[in-house]
Amino acid sequence: MINYIVKRIGIAIPTLLVLIAVSFYLMHAAPGGPFTSERPLPPQVLANIEAKYGLDQPIWRQMFSYLWGVLTEFDFGPSYKYHDRSVNEIIAQGFPITLKYGFWSFIVAVGVGIPLGAIAAIRKNTWIDYLAVGVSIGAQVLPNFVMAPLLIIVFTLWLDWLPGGGWNGGSWQYLIMPVIALSTSYMASIARITRSSMLEVLNTNYIRTAKSKGLPTKIIFFRHVLKPSLLPVISYLGPAFVGLITGSVIIDMYFSTGGMGYFFVNSAFNRDYSVMMGITIVVGGLTILFSLIADLLYAWVDPKIRY
Amino acid sequence: MIAINKNKIKEMADNLSDSGTGRSLWKDARIRFMQNKAATVSLFILAAIVLFSFIGPYFAVWSYEKIDWNAMGSAARVGMPSIESGHFFGTDDLGRDLYSRVIQGTQISLMVGFLGATVAVFVGTLYGATSGYLGGKTDQIMMRIVDILMSIPYMFVLILLLVVFGRSIGMLFIGIGLLSWLDMSRIVRGQTLNLKNKEFIEAARVTGVSDFKIITRHIVPNLLGIVAVYATLLVPGIILAESFISFLGLGVQEPSTSWGALIKEGAGTIRYDTEWQLLFPLAFFVVSLFCFYFIGDGLRDALDPKDR
Repeated sequence: MINYIVKRIGIAIPTLLVLIAVSFYLMHAAPGGPFTSERPLPPQVLANIEAKYGLDQPIWRQMFSYLWGVLTEFDFGPSYKYHDRSVNEIIAQGFPITLKYGFWSFIVAVGVGIPLGAIAAIRKNTWIDYLAVGVSIGAQVLPNFVMAPLLIIVFTLWLDWLPGGGWNGGSWQYLIMPVIALSTSYMASIARITRSSMLEVLNTNYIRTAKSKGLPTKIIFFRHVLKPSLLPVISYLGPAFVGLITGSVIIDMYFSTGGMGYFFVNSAFNRDYSVMMGITIVVGGLTILFSLIADLLYAWVDPKIRY
Repeated sequence: MIAINKNKIKEMADNLSDSGTGRSLWKDARIRFMQNKAATVSLFILAAIVLFSFIGPYFAVWSYEKIDWNAMGSAARVGMPSIESGHFFGTDDLGRDLYSRVIQGTQISLMVGFLGATVAVFVGTLYGATSGYLGGKTDQIMMRIVDILMSIPYMFVLILLLVVFGRSIGMLFIGIGLLSWLDMSRIVRGQTLNLKNKEFIEAARVTGVSDFKIITRHIVPNLLGIVAVYATLLVPGIILAESFISFLGLGVQEPSTSWGALIKEGAGTIRYDTEWQLLFPLAFFVVSLFCFYFIGDGLRDALDPKDR
């Protein structure tokens, strides 16, 4: 187990470095520097600005000082567009918001998806199964950028129950629609995965043995069925997390929640490379951390995996 | 005497071929696929949508980029769907014909989906088969690279690419294609590991066939089943990714359009009582994705040997 953990962390670190290097070089491959504007600056002024941001250094040097700043002090440098703010301040403003609705979406996706899939598997080919499968397929073809406007139309414009956007410190009225829009398609996938893996487990010989020796259904389910059928779900948690984070771009756009996605899209349109890069690295780091946790969890649950 | 015998032999031969000795995996799969009603119906609907996107333009009265000045700015009153005005699906907010735009969006979205999936299938299959067949250190290094690429949040990197190198449909292809072969290569590698110890591969190796030829001639054809299943599930994924990007306004450029861009426009103007601007593109989008998922499920059931 210890070996496996060390090995797994050994993958995570180069991943992070590759991510930082790729985004750094992408940023520098962009035609035109961050200070190219319609009206060209006098060369002396441009040189001064570039010296201030360290852009006159050779590129490998810039990269190492950036890397050093990120790794030792979590310093992502200044924003090139908002001269009074650093990338750190922008991330610190958006991150807690994304984290809050992301966390709740995750809870909803797992907390609703697994029971839904389990019920569908146990009551296979009954109306409950058909309903659950129908709901989960339906939810999969309605991605968050379709769900968001539909929710606003129904709950804000027609019924006038919920506010159509804003954050307001994250009180529940402002949280409901972002969470529904973000979690639905992941809930659906989790339900589908749970259903199919549970069906597989229910058909195995050891479950038949457990049944034939007269164990009560409840004990069979909780002691013998549940754990093995959750394994594929655990390995889906990593991708689901990436999806939730990516979805925040849509959520912030639609509900004006002001999370990381808002700043990311904004900086994409402003060509504010340092902010884009900072957010990509933070999100990437989180993703790597999360898939590390998911993998360790998997190895811990599955007795067959011994590295 | 001889004639009778001949007839008998012929009869026996007919019986033999009737009794199913000639049923290949693919024929078997086709029969089972046809028994799945949802998948068969989906296949026909999808074929109809593809056909519509090709012959639809011949019935269009307006082109997708021409502005109907009567409807411009007053789409809610003038631009509703009607046969008389020639706007079968109504107009968008700028007075452009939604029928032609939906057709164009359908063409682009489906093209991105199919081409992207083709690139992903090609790269993923070769990569996975090579990695699995060679094994050892090569396999480990190749799979570590996939692991590393997989844990990068690819939508963010794709947006970064599009911003840095300019928005174009070509860049979108490259970005989506480059990033979506990873799952494919993992699945193919797993299957290859199963295959590579089979006798026929050993026989090929003993007779001196080169590694490359074994991979392309003997391993890849045996993977086609799982590749086909996965490819049908990949297409809707790529269409979703493209729509996501277009929805953000970073995908296809005006006056070209795609489902994502059309849905964005329609969703943005819904408060002005122009719900057809959302509903027509959304219907095409949702129905097509449904079809892809059902066909993928049907194919999986048909080609999965576990279910026999």
